[in-house]
Amino acid sequence: MDLDALKAARQKGLQKLLPDRPRVAVGLATCGIAAGGDRVYAALEAAIRDRGLDMELAKVGCIGYCREEPLVNIQIPGKPCVILHRVTEADAEEIVRAVAAGDVPRRLALCRVETWDPLVGEKLDFGTGFDDIPAYADIPYFAPQRKIVLRDAGFINPEDIDEYFAVGGYRALYKALTEMTPEAVIDEVIASGLRGRGGAGFPTGTKWNFTKVEKSLRKYIICNADEGDPGAYMNRNEMESDPHMILEGMLIGAYAIGAREGIIYVRAEYPLAIARLTRAMEEARAHGLLGKNIFGTDFSFELTLAEGAGAFVCGEETALIASIEGKTGRPRPRPPFPAQKGLWGMPTNINNVETWTNIPVIISRGGDWFAGIGAEKNTGTKVYSLVGEVQRVGLVEVPLGTPIRTLVYDVGNGGIDGRDIKAVQTGGPSGGCIPASLFDTPMDYEHLTAVGSIMGSGGVVVMDETTSMVDTARFFIGFTHEESCGKCAPCREGLKHMLMILDKILSGKATRENLDLLEELSGTIKKTSLCGLGQTAPNPVLTTLKYFRNEYDATLKGAK
Amino acid sequence: MDTARLNEIVERYPAPAGKILGILEQVQREVGYLPKDILQFLAKRLEVSLSELYSLATFYSFFTLAPLGEHVVTVCMGTACHVKGAPELVATLKRLLGVEVDEVTRDGKFLLTTEDNHFSLTSARCFGACSMAPVLRVDNKIFGYITPDRIPAILEQFGWKESQHRGS
Ligand SMILES: Cc1cc2nc3c(=O)[nH]c(=O)nc-3n(C[C@H](O)[C@H](O)[C@H](O)COP(=O)(O)O)c2cc1C
Ligand code: FES
Repeated sequence: MDLDALKAARQKGLQKLLPDRPRVAVGLATCGIAAGGDRVYAALEAAIRDRGLDMELAKVGCIGYCREEPLVNIQIPGKPCVILHRVTEADAEEIVRAVAAGDVPRRLALCRVETWDPLVGEKLDFGTGFDDIPAYADIPYFAPQRKIVLRDAGFINPEDIDEYFAVGGYRALYKALTEMTPEAVIDEVIASGLRGRGGAGFPTGTKWNFTKVEKSLRKYIICNADEGDPGAYMNRNEMESDPHMILEGMLIGAYAIGAREGIIYVRAEYPLAIARLTRAMEEARAHGLLGKNIFGTDFSFELTLAEGAGAFVCGEETALIASIEGKTGRPRPRPPFPAQKGLWGMPTNINNVETWTNIPVIISRGGDWFAGIGAEKNTGTKVYSLVGEVQRVGLVEVPLGTPIRTLVYDVGNGGIDGRDIKAVQTGGPSGGCIPASLFDTPMDYEHLTAVGSIMGSGGVVVMDETTSMVDTARFFIGFTHEESCGKCAPCREGLKHMLMILDKILSGKATRENLDLLEELSGTIKKTSLCGLGQTAPNPVLTTLKYFRNEYDATLKGAK
Repeated sequence: MDTARLNEIVERYPAPAGKILGILEQVQREVGYLPKDILQFLAKRLEVSLSELYSLATFYSFFTLAPLGEHVVTVCMGTACHVKGAPELVATLKRLLGVEVDEVTRDGKFLLTTEDNHFSLTSARCFGACSMAPVLRVDNKIFGYITPDRIPAILEQFGWKESQHRGS
């Protein structure tokens, strides 16, 4: 493939994405399918066929408004793209009848999109009209959002590389390979300020340099797609809705670092993500974007997919590497870091899915452009999965530094059935519970840590007055206790002990001394555990003790 | 599963990365568990010790060493599902499937199979369908926004009969 071929591929993709006849596209990520999207697709297919209508039917990923699924996009040439929501198979006839007449059923319309900016390529101009349908930017769920990572999600067919070309796909890779030195690529990533989205927030460009400077004939890069935090599914959607963006990010990273081989490690619970990534890799290979001499340069790269097998701790980088090697996934002490001794003992750079997806736009638009989004030392956006006791659930992408309040109330529209929201839990089992009184806290790495929680991978679970915080703490300790690999004693034995105390508290038999011991144990486990699992496992207990002490006190013996 | 099929699976992995787990996963998917004779065969074929394969099979929750029921009902016990009432779903399922024995370990994990081997009931960490919490999965199909009263109709799709399975 060369530049001309890339341009031709884009034109071909545009004909699919913006055809000169109507296009009906159903959101078919795991969530859309479970909501009945596959039945809607089948019904639309039958209705179009039975009437012999001249229109395209396509599959797209998920735009993130999961509460409103199944979602169907209607594109009539010259008209805005209209997103229909809560569509059922019974609506199929009505939809195709309207579309055939150049219209959309108003009762199903959620919003209209006139133009869409894929950031790395030319804008998509859908058209104008249908002014009575609310504009995308006026929908409260979308208004505060800024889509960078999920810019294609819900618009393009993730199973067709041509549509990724249509939105400027692989152009950043072309630029990196033909116009930039590996050093210049790393400088750009450093300038962007991008930090790892897998939890710890380590500066990505700096990390790449660690592996780059190692002298070794073989180096590896890994995409961490283990997404272990329960209640979080950003990475799943990133893989299911736009798999090529991950591949492109990894290719650019491999070029910068000097790696010729990469591995995507995906959890086995995500069969659709695995299928779409596998397909994306096959298509990329067929276009010469994986393999030897990519874009006719000296750069060659091979990518493999490895499946996890259901162990939370395998999301930790050293355990993940052991798992790829076919061993039980137990973390080992660092140093040596993977950058020095990683997969098969070779220098290895590992990043989260969402970290990789940020790379193409940084190369395409420049590090400074990216650094202008977000907050001080927290550049770019973050995708959150907003779930639990909140009205509008789904995936939300906002600039880093956005207050919790915006997420919970503006996007999420507050509690269900008028109930008061009590707290949000961020960061998964390593995070903590943040009370409503602190909802002005900006969601960035430092501020979330300051209130006792962490950013983590982006899970935000909303809890209301019906949620018991002691039970929540017990839930997480039960989780980390179960998932502890058992290698180090503080984590293995300490968490078991904490669980016993929490059970005692929940059964109303605990004393104040038990609470003190719980707090003390938490401190010890944090300080002495081998890996991040144990070092952060007590956080849910510590934050609930700090902010919801009254709920613990109320259970104490003789409290009533 | 015969030797030819096993060899076919092994040969799908030319690269070492992800090979052993990938092979075991495929066997688990096709056979429904990891039978001893297959593990013995694979140990020889892959030149690893049998005990190594056993430690993988017990460390990773994806694997089981005993056959599961014909249909596997998995309840998500992730955070969103927990907050939205997953424990209630488990209680209801146990009652409907007549597997009410309270041998749940303290970490909440369980694997229970009905007497006629028609259903197994187990838990998972998260399906990544958290927006639809609480969620359960039967075989490979995910069902969202579940309330206890919706469960019988779902089970019926997989051959559940009240008279046959429900506990007393
Ligand atoms: C117990 C534990 C579980 C983890 N799980 C994940 C995970 O599921 N996904 C992930 O990307 N990182 C996870 N991490 C963090 C990784 O070790 C690593 O820091 C990360 O993949 C680096 O990528 P980044 O720099 O792009 O964030 C986990 C860490 C620990 C200690
Ligand atoms: S918490 Fe149940 S699907 Fe994620």
